[in-house]
Amino acid sequence: MTTLEFQNVSKRYRVRGAAPMLALEGVSFTLHDRETIALVGQSGSGKSTIAKILTQLEIPTSGSVLLDGKPIPRRGKGLRSYRQTLRMVFQDPFASLNPYHSIRYNIERPLRLDNVVPKAETEEEVRRLLDRVQLDVNAVIDRRPHELSGGQRQRVAIARALASRPALLVADEPVSMLDVSIRLGVLNLLSDLQREEGLGLLYITHDLATARHFSDEIMVLHHGRVVEHGPADEVILNPQHEYTRELRAASPDPEKHFASVPGTNEGGAA
Amino acid sequence: MPEPLLSVRDFSVVYDVDPPVEAVKNVTLELQRGEILGLAGESGCGKTTLAYGVQRLLRVPAVITSGSVTFHDSSGTAIDVNSLGAEEMRRFRWNKVSMVFQGAMNALNPVTTIGAQLDDVFLVHRPELSRRERRSACEELLEIVAVGRDRTRSYPHELSGGMRQRVMIAMALALRPQLMVMDEPTTALDVLVQREILRKISQLRHEFGFSVIFITHDLPLLLEISDRIAVMRDGTIIELASAREIWERPQHEYTKTLLASFPRLTGERGVLVR
Repeated sequence: MTTLEFQNVSKRYRVRGAAPMLALEGVSFTLHDRETIALVGQSGSGKSTIAKILTQLEIPTSGSVLLDGKPIPRRGKGLRSYRQTLRMVFQDPFASLNPYHSIRYNIERPLRLDNVVPKAETEEEVRRLLDRVQLDVNAVIDRRPHELSGGQRQRVAIARALASRPALLVADEPVSMLDVSIRLGVLNLLSDLQREEGLGLLYITHDLATARHFSDEIMVLHHGRVVEHGPADEVILNPQHEYTRELRAASPDPEKHFASVPGTNEGGAA
Repeated sequence: MPEPLLSVRDFSVVYDVDPPVEAVKNVTLELQRGEILGLAGESGCGKTTLAYGVQRLLRVPAVITSGSVTFHDSSGTAIDVNSLGAEEMRRFRWNKVSMVFQGAMNALNPVTTIGAQLDDVFLVHRPELSRRERRSACEELLEIVAVGRDRTRSYPHELSGGMRQRVMIAMALALRPQLMVMDEPTTALDVLVQREILRKISQLRHEFGFSVIFITHDLPLLLEISDRIAVMRDGTIIELASAREIWERPQHEYTKTLLASFPRLTGERGVLVR
């Protein structure tokens, strides 16, 4: 059982020659393993700041982040073992894999660094991981990232994240750079892995529809504050906060659109 | 009675590489005046090639191998786009057909002001205008797209993504074209900004009466904004019908798959293809 807790976390960025920018204000939530929380909000709402604090790339100005009740070490072995527990899948699969090395090397690194398996079993483990993310192992293992498609690269990035056998996974807009026709495949994969490996998943997105389908809970962030947090269906179908309603109204929804203009076919987003 | 604006007949484009790629195969299409036509399909299906091809914006190795494109001008003359000479083509573009490019975040020149970039359009296409007239035309355009006239001296990096996108729309609108081609105009924007841009496009279309070819792979969005939708696959249009028809009675298997690959915002959960 792994539990990650955000307690009243605030983050203030200093801005030269201007008032400080309050990126997060009193954010609290708990993420358990075997659970998916979607974090939604528009650009600049603080989603990525939360991801950065989770990975300890940024340190909160106030409040605390606890793993199983204990604060996260700032350096050394403790930080390293924390980063083994929580892994991240980044938005841009074109930038997140080392372009100079083969796919094999990209996956081997975390295995070696975190001593996940004995050295002799590394190759086998790399193959297992690539197979786990439904890639054709022999076709990709000796390639370099630029030889793969965006969807394949994102699968490699997921395999790399899984290599350290984390308990928690943070996926920051994992499919927004991918073509629509393959987005669903990658999301389904993430969701299957989450279930089968018992991962805790924080899914950061601005797409309400996928947030609803792929998570247990939805947390809505607006100007650095959590304005709504609840079961996914509840938040989308019966939003309480004005801002959630605004987000929902702005999301394309053909069902509602065609119901509201009966008979005619006047195309009009207004 | 609908009146055609653009007639595309038996249009084919081949990328002359080895082996040759048939990007667009014998497409026939009629665009009505004032209509928003959505072009949907996955990456590589030929939708951008088609939209560029009808304006002859393609470059080598792309070759138009067959077909004709006729533009029915509001003056009543029919223009055969394929037979225009270089100078006529230059005048045709932007005057009659303009374009909002994909990734407008990066389509503006970062080292000059947006006022200067809008001014360029008039300098080239309306040389008879005085400096003052050009200036007021630019300011008017920025007002129309709700960026504001006081922004003429701003550089692109001083504007948000949504504002930059609206500047691109202002530029496309400058010469009051009869057709605007929009290639993924909202893809990089978040939902609230996207909605605002769509409203603006809709409103301007009603105001100025231009037609739009709207290219995107975001089908839910297309269903809301388009009058008719053409679904493309492997270079051909496999289905063309009103947005409602496509939504309620999709004929083609591929259209059904495409529709099913989007999670529904409010409908039943778990209606996804696997």
